[in-house]
Order: sequence, then structure tokens, then C-alpha cells
Amino acid sequence: MAAEGSGIDPMHQFLVEPMFGQKLVLHGYDISFTNSALFMFVTAGLLWLFMLGGMQRKLVPGRWQAAVEGMTGFIMNMMQTNIGPEGKKFVPYIFSLFMFLLFANLIGLFPLGIVPGWHPFTVTSHISLTALLAFFSFGIVLVVGFWRHGLHFFSLFVPHGTPWYILIIVAPIEFVSFFVRPFSLGLRLFVAMTAGHILLDVFASFVVQGINSHTPLGALVSFLSMLMIVGVSALELLVAAIQAYVFALLTSLYLNDAINLH
Amino acid sequence: MDLASAKVIGAGLAAIGVGMAAIGVGNVFGSFLEGALRNPGAADGQQGRLFIGFAAAELLGLIAFVVAILILFVVK
Repeated sequence: MAAEGSGIDPMHQFLVEPMFGQKLVLHGYDISFTNSALFMFVTAGLLWLFMLGGMQRKLVPGRWQAAVEGMTGFIMNMMQTNIGPEGKKFVPYIFSLFMFLLFANLIGLFPLGIVPGWHPFTVTSHISLTALLAFFSFGIVLVVGFWRHGLHFFSLFVPHGTPWYILIIVAPIEFVSFFVRPFSLGLRLFVAMTAGHILLDVFASFVVQGINSHTPLGALVSFLSMLMIVGVSALELLVAAIQAYVFALLTSLYLNDAINLH
Repeated sequence: MDLASAKVIGAGLAAIGVGMAAIGVGNVFGSFLEGALRNPGAADGQQGRLFIGFAAAELLGLIAFVVAILILFVVK
């Protein structure tokens, strides 16, 4: 409906389709190798290369090693301030999460469309991936919480020093806010990426339609839209980094709740 | 009024929420900057809280966006 008559569908870029022609179906389940899977492999591969190039033990780090050490130091610092010394155990998980999301978000913005017939696919613009990662985080929080505190973990729903008559209201609110966490965590990343890509696509369609109209006004609209795309692309790079950071930050905060209770 | 036009109006109304979230996010960063300029030494330690506030304010705008998209594309 949004792109009626324009011939450009801003939702088409999110289509998950099999890479090699027809679908591969096993026992009624579609298991074909999709473009989503391909870009997850690309993300993981680039991340692997990035880490491989930087994991040296030079006393004076080169540029590459300094970049990798900057990233690990950033996450370790975040865990130290949010959880304390016990956060060190969870650095590998949070670091993998942060780097995978960062690379996936940035690869989705890569201008691969210059090659005809190709287009980049943002794996984080699908709730199937972000919700899975959010449920991983939530599952780890539950396991760690029950492992360390046993049934005492339920005191998370009871803030310290609350009178009992307020507790009747507060405990259900805390309960709901605890169980909404995985949904809000996954939804935030997925919607932020989807919204940015729709915005870019809409402005790109303005450029094309402005040129096709062959009028001075159309040329002006094209030019202004092009400027807008440049600005929005810069903003999207920022959003890609911030959303990956927010995902890792909120996971570490939830872990802090499970480790230190309130 | 038929359903199609009601849907478009509803989606437009839902999009107001995105603008409201913009006010909220601006408020978060504005207040942070105000405090940070008064006491720059304490600013770096509060960056985590800054992004928590940003995430909480932004989430509601994103939910408004989801509602608009659901009205446009999912509601039959």
C-alpha cells in the first residue's frame, strides 16, 4: 500500500529467499540455504578474519591488534563497571554477541547494490534472529540466577524495604517487567534496523522517480533526496553501532540482576 | 469511511508516537549534556546509564512504528 503505483516496494529488501533456485524441503520443513543464512556466514567469516588478524601477542600492538584489543577492552570494561569482578566469566558471550550484531548491522549497510543483481541483506532486520539471541540472553540469566541463588532468585520480584500493601502492586509489575525483557530486547534491534532500511529505500525511490519525471522540480527532489540519503546513511552507521552496544549493555545489566540480585 | 482509509489514518496516528519518542530521546541526551557540562569529570562514568535511558525512551517509539506497520500491512 505504501508504494502503490511507484513500482518500488520498500519491503522487498527483507525477503528471505533460497539462494540456489528452488527450495529444499525435508519432511515438510523448508531447509534451503537462504540469503539470510549466506549473510550470517559472511558476518561470521569476517568476524573470524578480524579476530584472526588481531590475536597476536606483540608487546607493542600493531594497528590491527590495537583495534581488536580496543574492542575486547571496551567489553571487559563494560562488564567490570556493570557486574563487577564476577562479570569476567561472561565476557566471551557478551563479546561474541556484540561483535556479531555490530558486524551484521554494518554489513547490512554495505553498498553491495552497485553490483547489478546483488543486494546486501541485514540479518538483524528479522525478529527470528534477534529474538533468538534475546532468548539466549534471557536463558543465560535464568540459568545463572537459579544456579547461584536457588529459589531465592524469586526475591528479584520483591524490592528491599517495600511495605507489604505496596508489594501487592509492585510484585506483579516487577514480574511482568522481568518477562517482557526478551521481547523488548529482540524487538528494539529488529525494528531499529528495519525502520532505517525502509527509510533509505523510500528516499532512494524518490531519487529514481524524480529523475524519471524529466522535470526541473523532479531534479530538485532527486538532488535533495540524495543529500538526505547521505545524511541518513551516516545516521544509520551510528544507529548500527548504538543498537549493538545497547543489546550487549542490557544483557549485561540483566546478568547483573541475576548475579547480584537487587 | 471504508476500512482502507481508516487504516491509513490509524497508521498516521500511530506514527505520532515516533515523534513523541524523539522528544523523549532528545530529553535524555539534553539532560545528560546539561549535567555533563556542569561536572565533566563525572560524565564518563554515567555513559552506561545514558544509553539505558536512551534505550528505554527509544523502545516506545519503535513500538509505535511497529503498530503503524502492523496496521498497514497485517490488518485485513
